[in-house]
Amino acid sequence: MIDLVWLIPALPLAGFCLLLLVGKRIGEPIAGYLATAMTGGAFLVALGVFFDLLSRDSEKRAVTNVLFDWIKVGQLDIKAATLVDPLSITMVLFVTGIGTLIHLYAIGYMHGDARFSRFFTYLNLFVFSMLMLVLSDNFVLMFLGWEGVGTCSYLLISFWFEKDSAATAGKKAFVTNRVGDFGLMVGMFLLFNATGALTYNGVFGVANNGGLTRNTATAAALMLFLGACGKSAQLPLYVWLPDAMEGPTPVSALIHAATMVTAGVYLMMRVYPVLEVADPAVYTVIAWVGGLTALFAATIAVAQDDIKRVLAYSTISQLGYMFLAIGMHANAAAAFHMITHAFFKALMFLGAGSVIHGMHDEQNIKFMGNLRKWMPITFFTYLLGWLAISGVPPFSGFWSKDEVLLSAYEGSVGGAKVLWIIGLLTALLTAYYMSRQVFLVFFGKERFLHSTTGGIVPVHGDSHDGHHGPVTPHESPWQMTIPLMVLAVLSLIGGVMNLPFSASLERLALWLEPSVGAHEFASTGSTKLVLALIAVACGLVGMGLAYKLWLGRPLEANAGLEPPILQRAYGVDALYSNVIEKPGRKIADFVADVFDGKLIEGVVNGSGSIVKLVGGNVRKLQSGFVRNYALMIAAGMVVLLAYALVRAAA
Amino acid sequence: MIAALLSEASEVSPGFPLLSMLIIVPAVAAVVLSLLPASRRELIRPIAVTASAITCGLSLYLFTQFDKADPGFQFVSKHPWINNMGISWNLGVDGISLLLVVLTGILFPLALVGPREEHDQKSYMAWLLLLEAGVMGVFLSLDLFLFFVFFEVVLVPMYFLINGWGHGDRKTYSAMKFFLYTMFGSAFLLVATLALVYLHRNATGTMTFDVAELAHADFLSVTQSRWLFAAFALAFAIKVPVFPLHTWLPDAHTDAPTAGSVILAGVLLKMGTYGLIRFGIYLFPAAASWFAPTFLTLGVIGILYGALAAVVQKDLKRLVAYSSVAHLGFIVLGTFALTRQGLTGAVLQSVNHGVSTPALFLLIGWIYERRHTREISALKGLQKVAPVMAGVFTIVMLSSIGVPGLNGFAGEFIILIGTFISRPVFAIVAATGVILAALYLLWAYQRSFHGEPDEASVGMADLNLREKLVMAPLLVLIVLFGVYPKPFIDRIEPSVAELLSNTSGHREKAESPLSSGDGYVAPTGSNKPATEGSQSEDEGDHK
Repeated sequence: MIDLVWLIPALPLAGFCLLLLVGKRIGEPIAGYLATAMTGGAFLVALGVFFDLLSRDSEKRAVTNVLFDWIKVGQLDIKAATLVDPLSITMVLFVTGIGTLIHLYAIGYMHGDARFSRFFTYLNLFVFSMLMLVLSDNFVLMFLGWEGVGTCSYLLISFWFEKDSAATAGKKAFVTNRVGDFGLMVGMFLLFNATGALTYNGVFGVANNGGLTRNTATAAALMLFLGACGKSAQLPLYVWLPDAMEGPTPVSALIHAATMVTAGVYLMMRVYPVLEVADPAVYTVIAWVGGLTALFAATIAVAQDDIKRVLAYSTISQLGYMFLAIGMHANAAAAFHMITHAFFKALMFLGAGSVIHGMHDEQNIKFMGNLRKWMPITFFTYLLGWLAISGVPPFSGFWSKDEVLLSAYEGSVGGAKVLWIIGLLTALLTAYYMSRQVFLVFFGKERFLHSTTGGIVPVHGDSHDGHHGPVTPHESPWQMTIPLMVLAVLSLIGGVMNLPFSASLERLALWLEPSVGAHEFASTGSTKLVLALIAVACGLVGMGLAYKLWLGRPLEANAGLEPPILQRAYGVDALYSNVIEKPGRKIADFVADVFDGKLIEGVVNGSGSIVKLVGGNVRKLQSGFVRNYALMIAAGMVVLLAYALVRAAA
Repeated sequence: MIAALLSEASEVSPGFPLLSMLIIVPAVAAVVLSLLPASRRELIRPIAVTASAITCGLSLYLFTQFDKADPGFQFVSKHPWINNMGISWNLGVDGISLLLVVLTGILFPLALVGPREEHDQKSYMAWLLLLEAGVMGVFLSLDLFLFFVFFEVVLVPMYFLINGWGHGDRKTYSAMKFFLYTMFGSAFLLVATLALVYLHRNATGTMTFDVAELAHADFLSVTQSRWLFAAFALAFAIKVPVFPLHTWLPDAHTDAPTAGSVILAGVLLKMGTYGLIRFGIYLFPAAASWFAPTFLTLGVIGILYGALAAVVQKDLKRLVAYSSVAHLGFIVLGTFALTRQGLTGAVLQSVNHGVSTPALFLLIGWIYERRHTREISALKGLQKVAPVMAGVFTIVMLSSIGVPGLNGFAGEFIILIGTFISRPVFAIVAATGVILAALYLLWAYQRSFHGEPDEASVGMADLNLREKLVMAPLLVLIVLFGVYPKPFIDRIEPSVAELLSNTSGHREKAESPLSSGDGYVAPTGSNKPATEGSQSEDEGDHK
């Protein structure tokens, strides 16, 4: 079965090619079902490969399949080859599994869009790229997937390119990610220069044998982490992700919540042999960047009114948790949270999409309210996602977040205890902002103009862009509700993957150990219990606070809770614009207009003028000269050719 | 006359004179066109297209017949020409020139049929065909004199194409600028060529222009070889163009007709990078090594400078012209890294740039034909009215940015890694260029293709069948070179390795501080240009 691993990326690739050629002809909805089937097929093959791998001894669970030579120059030997191991197949399973659900969902969501089949073309290309990213056996092919998902992200964020904001957001995502890609490339150069290889086996083999110096490993690890910060939206490169919400909501769910943004987390788990050799300060850096990002993004999320922007900042924050765990050497905890997060965040994004769909493109949660009455399935499934992310037991998020916090509590990096407190604070804020959102959307009074009764006026006056007429919220079609239900179940029971009660129940950690190393938690059962209770208490405080503020009193009373600085996300975009964009623009203008246009051209034209002065009436002479010269050369060429022919013939 | 040559050639060198035909077919067609009576206008296009198609077919046939195991010159065709001067009609092809020859063969038919018909078809097509003959001659000549002749011949048709069929008020200025810039370099090329030949004669007693005989330049003193290299390199650096000698390029591109831009970007600039390798490194290895830091610096400056200047350009063609400065900077970088990867990447990237940038110029030309403007600010929302054009533009743009899976990446990556192993700092600075490349292209794309189409764009036609057919081979190459570059690298690499092994004895030691003491097991190949023994010799020369 493992020999069939090439089929996993090949199916969505075939789907992409097919749709590119005939997508427009087959149109809606067949194009959507075709794309869904391809991703679903990949999931089924992945399941087969997974069980094949499971049946092997744990030390034999790393299989490389070479497809063909890709780039080979001297020592540089890069093959198109796959590596199937516990980590990669785990990634493949949740990418294709959630991917299939979101494809199905999108058939309903994109209904009636003029570029329906184009959307699924991109979506299949994305799945293919993401699978190459996780299945590659070397850095360069991984980079192909890395850039591929970035490109698809660009294409899909700016999918509704008629909107200037969408077009700008797409470009911003690509360019910001390129900053990270620069780091990733330099990291690869360093590793190749030091080890002569770019396959994981080759590089890690040298690293494990002590062939990699600490300095090189440190530099490489930091550069790779820069790449991870770009893709996984960490400080200071997170700015593209909130804007990426301009893309259609299935894209936000699939790419900007569940899969692509976890690529950086995957990368850092994958390269842990390099991190092990590097200076321990690298772990400290990773942990602090993750912890600070988690808190920072959470404080922004509390003041956002756009249903998707809340979720976007939440995603940044949760990704921070994963890096926090990696910084604490707890790779399995990071992977655990990555998977449960993929379940509940995809669920909530799809739920948000269902709400937006049902509300006829309204995204401001202040203009919603009481939607549980109109959209029962969306409401009930969203509820489960909310409880999961808030860390309420026994929902999946509780278990994984608890592991992350435990790893921070026990951590040995500098300031681990502070990071643990930051993690708790983030948990409190997370529960708060998610509860605020749930209460504003599904509970309370209806704050939108009702099309059947026509009597209810939005609380905050006219809606922001004024085109929203009266609406009747409605539940979404089955293609959208089925994925919601499946993801809701997974959000509920996802914790069983990795239960902390005994070593044998830590199934995910055991399974991933050959790929990402082991991490023992030292705490006793009672300590764990107390820590878990503290975490749950934080979540409950956040929920209670939100209940009191957002259901217990009128909205107007809360205006002071959302200062403009938080709504504007601390003005980081403006800061970047002032510090990077504007000076950069000035430099470019200087280069193009002053340096190139005046200085170099001045010298060039100046030497021309000197010749002119010397030669007197050269303007006429010069142009005549060139023409004559050209003609002479042409004539000479003919003569020479003729001569050559004559000589040859003689 | 041709028949005579054919029979003669078949006697001298067995088989079909393939390389000579690559030059003769377009040259003869150019002559035929210029002699065609005005009444037979309808024959102009068929003759030109057929001739270039035959040349294209021959170049593809050459590719299939090329022996990738042989690093030396193949299909050599050598006939004495001016005997007492040691000048001969001496053609040959190796891995360094093969792909450029094939690229030339492929691009010319596309340039002939791609743009809409120009006025005065007869002269226009005749000049283009003469240009093709000249370019082929440049890439195939193994005789320095012959090379110089072809190098000059190329100038003439290009000058007339810009001046006669160009756009804008400044076309005469641009054409002249192009001409004078190159002539300036050519003067040095000619003097250096003659000096080299006479120094060789003084040392050995034989007068020859044969590159292979001149290559083992042991007869030159260190100072002599450095001066000669500098003169050769100046001529080629203008052609590339290397910063700060690039200012003719944006003007020439902006004012040239579409076909002119296609050929200029596709193959004419490569005459410079090819010259640097064939006549710079090959003839003067030690001097090339001595000058390497200079060229690496200029290459890196070109990468950043071209990209920065491209960001703020208002005209699409000018923007692509500056992007060429940046891309060619990468090629210069790889060339003077003097490693197997760097040089192989440089040759590969010459071809990649020669596929992607002509594709961009064709697309911009088609926009211009429809909208009569290339001002980015005057274009908006083209994607909605011309989705196929937008899709093709996107693919070409991504290839130019260097997205893996498309052609731009493989070359760029090999260059950077090849540079890193010998000169890490240059590689790191150059790698920042990948950020800027994304910026200027995506921003230009956003402004011209995204958004709601304005009034002038509504109703703009999408690509027609002819245009799609012209783009098809370029798109195939973009994907092929991205997904499976192996057949091409396999043909480049042996010749590059040979070039480096011939020259490594002369090369100065390249520092690789990051790798020292890292447990790096030096590969048996010439991955690292560290050669003992040359150090002392060169150090002595510094004083």
